[in-house]
Order: sequence, then C-alpha cells, then structure tokens
Amino acid sequence: MPFDLKTHLSDLCDTPGPSGYEGPVRELVQGVWSDLTDESYTDAMGSLVTIKRSTVVDGKARTILLTAHVDEIGLMVTKLDGAFVRVTGIGGVDHRVLPGQLVTVHGERDLPGVVGSRPPHVTPVSERDKYVPLDELVIDLGLSARQVARLVSVGDVVSFDQSPVGLQGKLLTAKALDNRASVAALTVCLEALQTRTHAWDVVAAATVQEEVTMGGGQTAAYHVQPDLAVVVDVTFGVGTDVSERDGFPLGEGPALGLGPNIHTKVFHRLRETARDMEMDHHVEPLPGYSGTEAVAVQVSREGIPTGLVSIPLRNMHTPVEIVSLEDVERTGRLLAEFVVGLNSHTLDELRLD
Amino acid sequence: MRLLRILSEAMGVSGAEEEVRGIILRQIDGHADEIHVDSLGNVLAVKGGTGRTKLRVLVAAHVDEVGLMVTGHDKDGSLQVAAIGGLDPRILLGKRVLVGPEKLPGVIGAKPVHLLDENRDKAVKIKAMRVDIGASSKEGASGKADLGTRVGFDTPFANLGATVRGKAFDDRAGCAVLVKLLRGEPFSFDLYALFSVQEEVGLRGARVAAHAADPDLAFVLETTIADDLPKDDDVSPTTELGKGPALSTLDRSTIYDRRLNKLLADTAEKIGVPYQYKQPGLGGTDAGAINVSRGGVPTAAVSVPCRYIHSPAAILSKRDYRNTEKLMREALGRLTRGTLAR
Repeated sequence: MPFDLKTHLSDLCDTPGPSGYEGPVRELVQGVWSDLTDESYTDAMGSLVTIKRSTVVDGKARTILLTAHVDEIGLMVTKLDGAFVRVTGIGGVDHRVLPGQLVTVHGERDLPGVVGSRPPHVTPVSERDKYVPLDELVIDLGLSARQVARLVSVGDVVSFDQSPVGLQGKLLTAKALDNRASVAALTVCLEALQTRTHAWDVVAAATVQEEVTMGGGQTAAYHVQPDLAVVVDVTFGVGTDVSERDGFPLGEGPALGLGPNIHTKVFHRLRETARDMEMDHHVEPLPGYSGTEAVAVQVSREGIPTGLVSIPLRNMHTPVEIVSLEDVERTGRLLAEFVVGLNSHTLDELRLD
Repeated sequence: MRLLRILSEAMGVSGAEEEVRGIILRQIDGHADEIHVDSLGNVLAVKGGTGRTKLRVLVAAHVDEVGLMVTGHDKDGSLQVAAIGGLDPRILLGKRVLVGPEKLPGVIGAKPVHLLDENRDKAVKIKAMRVDIGASSKEGASGKADLGTRVGFDTPFANLGATVRGKAFDDRAGCAVLVKLLRGEPFSFDLYALFSVQEEVGLRGARVAAHAADPDLAFVLETTIADDLPKDDDVSPTTELGKGPALSTLDRSTIYDRRLNKLLADTAEKIGVPYQYKQPGLGGTDAGAINVSRGGVPTAAVSVPCRYIHSPAAILSKRDYRNTEKLMREALGRLTRGTLAR
C-alpha cells in the first residue's frame, strides 16, 4: 500500500500519548511497524520494540538500535475545583501558551475543554504584562461541578487539541511533532529497508517517557544491548525568536549532533552517508548533554557508540510546532542508507584506539 | 446550534466582515421587507409590523470580531501583525490562526521554553509576535498575505454538552439571536434589525446605522464577560454562566434605560426565564453610539454571559443563549408606547 508521509505523521500527532500514557499512540505505531519488521513487543516500561532481522546473516548479527521517543508533553489533573480542573505539567510545558489553548481531558471519556483566562481588567495593572503561572490556571470543560466530579479524577492526563494542517512550503503544523516527526522518520526508514539488504539487525524502538525521565530510552538500550545506536529527535528550527545562531533552517535537512554526548566516529559515518547521498544536512554542535535519549543510551551498561540525528522544528513544546515534511523524509532515508552501510568491519572502524 | 456554529466559524475581523455578512444576508433573505447594506457594510433589515404599535424599534448585534492585521513581512517569510480591537497579548502565543479571505492556516510562533531567559514571564508584545504561514521569503509572504490582510483565530466550534466552545461568540451569539427574531413572526411595531460592523474598533457601524434608522428606542444583543472562575479575590464575576441573559445598567459607554430594563425584567419574571444584572461599570456596547444618536435613543442591552471573550475559544451556556432569544421575543411582544411613559 502506498505510504503517504503527511497522512501518517498527521495520524501520529492526532493520537494521544503524554509521557506515561503512550498506549494509544504505541498501538498505532505497532500497527504500522509490525508490517515492516519481523518481530515486535512492548517492554516493561511500555516502549514498543520492533526488530527487522538482517537480510543476509543467519544467526547472530550485530544490532543497531534506532530510537525515537513516542511520548509528548501534556498536563495532569491535580485537583478538581468545582466545575474547573487544576493541572500540572507532564514534561516541559510552556505555560505562556496555555491560556486560551484547546485541550482534551482524558477522563471517563475524552472531554474537550479550554484553558481558562481571566479578563485583563480584573488583574492589577502591575501584573497585566506577566504570564499567569501554571498552578493558577484552570481547565474549563463547560460542565457542572457534579459532572466534573463524575467524569474527571486526579491523575487524569490532558493532551493538547490541535489537528495537523499543512502550511506553505511542504511544512506541517501540529501538536506533538516533538517527537512524532522522528517516529515518522523511523517509519520512512523501515519502509526504505523493505527493498534493501542489510547485514545488521535493526531494532526500531518507539520509546516512552523521554520528556520526563528518559526512562524508555535508558531501559530499551539496556535490554536490547545494541552494538550501535542512533537516537532520532527534534532540534530548534529557525523561526519566531530563534535566529540562525540558535537553530537550524527548516527544509535544509537533518542536523547531525557532535560533542561529548556523541560518538565522534558515528557522527562522521552519518555525515559521510549524507554526503554520499548528496543530502542537505547541518552539524549541530553540542557542548554539553544533548537533551535527548542519547544522554542515557550512550552510558548504558558498558557504553554504546551513539549518534544523534535531529529534525529542525519550530515552536518546540507548544501545540503549534512546525516541521518540514521533506526533512522528515530525508532523515528516514539517511537512516536507511546508514543501516545498509553497516557491515562486519564497522565496529572495528569505530574503535577509538 | 447550527446557526451559531456557522457564524462562529466564519471570519469577520473588524473592517473585513464580508463572509459573516454574506451568511447573514442569506439567512434573512425573504424575512424582511427591506434589506440595505450601507457604505461601511452594516446590514439594516426592516421587518414591517402589524401596525398596532407606532414605534420604530432598533435591535442591533455586531458582526465583527477582534483579531489581527498584517502590517509587514520579515525576510524569513513571517508576518508582522497588529491588534484590531481589544486583545490581551497574553492569550496569543502559540495559537493557530487563519489568514485572509482564503483562510490560509498559520501559527503565532513562540520561542522554545528551553531558550527562554529569566524574563520568561514578561508578556511578549504583539509587535514582537510573528504569524508563520510557512512562507520562506518576504516576497512569498506578501504574495500570500499582503499588508492589511486580516488574521483571525482558528477554532472549530465544539458542543460540550450544556455549553458550547468556539471563537467570536462576541458577538455571533447576538447575531444568531437577531437572525432568529427576524425569521419569526412580525411584531406589532416596525423592527429595524441592525447587523453592525466595526463595534470592536469604536462602535463605528452602529453610529452611522442608528442615524439612518432613526429609531424611537433600541436594544443591543451582545455577549458579555463571565468571569465565574475560582478565584482568591473577592471580585464580582461580572456575570455567571447558567444564570440567564444579563441586563446592563451602566458601563463605560452607556447609561441604559431603566424603563426598558423594567420591561425586560418584568417579562423574564412573568415567563419564568432566569436573568441577571451585569456588574456595572465594565465594558461597552453599540448602545454607546446608538443612545446619543441624533436627538437621543433610549437603549437597553441583553447579553449572553460568555467566558473568555476576546480569546481564541469562548464558552457559553446553551440555556442562556436560548433564554436570551426567548426573553427578547417575549419582551418585544409586550412593548408598547406606554413602556416609555415617564
């Protein structure tokens, strides 16, 4: 069946999966990836782990782990306040974008609502140019207090309600593009590998809880025990209030991470692959922790050579994130080509001595 | 709620009300004796009465909504914007918008929270905001959304049960009630139904339309602030959802007519419709222009309580909305020249 990236990525973004509650979106990904891989299972944390076995080697092959976290930031109910609901953040929620934002409270059923805002005139003048803190905001479901008590509980998760839509220039805006764009890139990779030969086993993992603890990436690396890992995430895209200094342009390919958190030779190998493909790409200098699962994966057990490929994304951690569909596609094809290039010499070539 | 849905989702930022006007003209076609569109875009529909009451009654609702206007184009393709009408900048960041008559999707971008510094809680000014439609150059942007293009919130209407959620209930709810009054039976007097433009930028439409209509008295159909959220301070909620249509006594634009308010309150009590008084002193309506038109026009306002007006998504009670229509129809049915007796 022909694969339409925009539809696939839109479906991914539309399906809820705040950290710790990734079930719905994990099931969606499983439905797609199980057709593209040989085995799949859900691990103890809830991460989806799928394996596409080497097309060449019979028996024990080397393993590359490709991870993309499938969880999204969201909110969690902390208190019922009459007809209103108080919340805290799951992951790094930007409270400035909350007032007036459409949300869905996943209670006894999915309940549409809005984050309330108080009219400016009731705010003292000195406070009027300050954003209201998260713990002073409420969610309004337009229900009575009795209905709220019946349908909503403390601990219920809340996701943003913003359906994906295309913008000019093959861009897509939606909530949860961080990190569904990367999950979609893995789908592109697996699709591309259907007609290629590869000597290594490929483990594609849609990991959980990255936004809060990186627990999914850490534990998946532990039980998969790969020889090599590439983490796929998003990075800052040049856009509103993000200059060329702070981000990467959309539509000019993925950014390859380089720094202490990244295995330098894995970086070089990724870059060689991109150059051989004549694919536009950028280098992302990472002087400290990358802020991605590479932080956990690199130091799993006795260490794993780890690379990072990132998709530039505007308005990170808001419901109006934007990516270039071309960048998602490029990332997937780059990963496929990288996988195809792995052979019995690769680990020797990566040695640091 | 079908009519409110259609009106809510239509675009009509002040000065560019074409789409909403078109919907209203189609809805009232055949239900008025004269329909006139003036040089500002006001729709004035005259529905002749039975002749029993020799009064010319103006009932007004405004069709425009608050929004933004494109004021420039950055090299990177993003749009500079300015507010049309009263907008709290704190509700704009990270929202979806629709740009221009073609409704191109766009977003109001926000700097990622990871890159914010210690000033993160200081509200971004509208001048510093950008609308991103995905254009990548100044020419690309101006080709798609030239200077003056209107930008409105992109909020699909939703039925929440006893309430509805959507944009521009201020004042599409008033417009919907007025459409229904026009589509009903004639009154005992000549009804001048005004769908006014540019209320949000200074009651401009009502000013000229009231002059043209020259009524004996007027009612304004609006939505108004309901700040009935949990709060620490002992501040009035202004109005509350579920407590019925709100009558106005005094606001920043008008001193509302006590005789007309008595008619409304007495009618509500007779027919068993709940009603409330809006906290005096706040806001303004088209009454501000109508009341002092020509030699003066006694005016009252009936408002649907509405949370989060002037924001991307408002919430109102269906019961309040239906009761507003019911109260207006019944009160107009009881209106006589004696109502204005002193």
